[in-house]
Amino acid sequence: MSEKDNGYLVGSNLEKVLREGHFAVTGELGPPQSADPAIIREKAAFLKGYVDAVNITDNQTAIVRMSSIGAGLLALKEGLEPVIQMTCRDRNRLAIQSDLLGASALGLKNLLCLTGDHQIFGNHPTSKNVYDMDSLQLVHMVTEMRDKGIFQCGDEIKGQTASFLVGAAAAPFADPTAFRPLRLAKKIRAGANFIQTQLVYDVKEFAIYMEKVRELGVHKEAYILAGVGPLKSPGMAKYMKKNVPGILVPDEVIDRMTQAGKEWIGKKAADLAPEEKKARSKAWKTEGIQVCIDLIKDIKKIEGVAGVHIMAIEWEEAVKPIVEGAGLYPRPEVK
Amino acid sequence: MITAEQKPLAEIQGLLGDAKKVLVVGCGTCVTVCFAGGDREAQIMAASLRMASKINGHPQEITDITVQRQCEWEYLDEIEKEIADADIVLSLGCGIGVQAIAEHFPDTWVVPGLNTTFLGMPTEQGVWEERCAACGDCILGLTGGICPIARCSKSLLNGPCGGSEDGHCEIDPEVPCAWQLIYDRLESKGKLDLLLEIQPPKDWSKSRDGGPRKIVRQDLRLIEDEA
Repeated sequence: MSEKDNGYLVGSNLEKVLREGHFAVTGELGPPQSADPAIIREKAAFLKGYVDAVNITDNQTAIVRMSSIGAGLLALKEGLEPVIQMTCRDRNRLAIQSDLLGASALGLKNLLCLTGDHQIFGNHPTSKNVYDMDSLQLVHMVTEMRDKGIFQCGDEIKGQTASFLVGAAAAPFADPTAFRPLRLAKKIRAGANFIQTQLVYDVKEFAIYMEKVRELGVHKEAYILAGVGPLKSPGMAKYMKKNVPGILVPDEVIDRMTQAGKEWIGKKAADLAPEEKKARSKAWKTEGIQVCIDLIKDIKKIEGVAGVHIMAIEWEEAVKPIVEGAGLYPRPEVK
Repeated sequence: MITAEQKPLAEIQGLLGDAKKVLVVGCGTCVTVCFAGGDREAQIMAASLRMASKINGHPQEITDITVQRQCEWEYLDEIEKEIADADIVLSLGCGIGVQAIAEHFPDTWVVPGLNTTFLGMPTEQGVWEERCAACGDCILGLTGGICPIARCSKSLLNGPCGGSEDGHCEIDPEVPCAWQLIYDRLESKGKLDLLLEIQPPKDWSKSRDGGPRKIVRQDLRLIEDEA
């Protein structure tokens, strides 16, 4: 692996924080389903100072949104360091490489490579998908662009190449679970510098997964950030447990969320006055943030975990209390 | 084999319009085996259309005939007269059959009665499943005889995405996860090492992405290309 100035691959804030051994914090910012830059600025304001870098999703859940690169540049101008996301669903290898040359030229330095949610879940379910490559091949391609200065076809990139700190995702609890640590190792072998996992609510199971990862030794070759996210309600916890593949939500977590709204247990939303509903939601959300803080504290103790990736979906305000509550504020300043 | 299913009757009626003489042409090969467009289905289709046209008050003259294979000129030659007599031909062949009729009988207007669906097989009586995407570069030797191109919703080559749960694909609980099947099979054969190799991006030029494909076998040709 060729290392550039000061021994850094790209010298992004995220890379420096990780390299210096700080427990990293990344966040997530979902671009709007519009061309409105003000929404990016509003969301960025909640995250600035509380995360080392922020993932800018790429048509998440297959719903058309402002591009990750466009929104990423807006976030960069707001003083946040973006992690661009790139899925294999919407672009072939030409489009991916071309967009990444553009992203790199615009000063974007971190990239998360994803397969991408199937379009059937989004708002254009009749569209054609691409999947010219898979996420692992994407990781390998962008690593070679950076380190060897070549395009996927083998042609030399004449002049400045696209250089990113390359990330990949991991789903520790998806099936077949026995293969998951091996797949993580495979992604790291393909070139991933950092990993962000699917949401972790079951720390015990995650610790078992990490143990297998450590046996493979790959936690020393890439930085593994555990995915966490605040729950908004017991309903959300139950929904995820039941419907989202690869997410384990233990009963203790569901119980904590349920107990937080015990005053209103057995009451239907329709029977509650608006102010009661508000109070219940507030109680749930407060507990959701606390659960997230407790998860981070437990996860931080697991050997081989280099940080957390906080996914506060459409709830960017939650990041500040989570980061503060977990004792991760202020964020380190690196040079 | 090629599997297909019949279009809804209303759509077929729309395609036929008010043509007076309709010839329904069945095919005796793949679509016979999948019960979509064989001799029996052609007869039933003709009877249904006849009945429907009477109910509509615009009776049409509807006949049917089935050839061994709609996709070979020699079998189509056998029905030249019937085709010439018809105002419109409803092909119950796959998309290849419809095109073969159009190409072989340029004066004829032919419409499809089937939606050609996939290359697959019956897994039980009345159930057909996709097995092959005709990608032109078979990788079944690496995946234990289970095709991720045709059977993984994302055609992944390096293992399962995060949407694999309890053996099924996240897009539909009825869809098995191809990578779970591959994993189980390779594990049972002690060949998991195959899964750990990084598979490079696929050469899709051998698939449809390279444009319409053609195979030329000089050893079989009767007319040789001029040097």
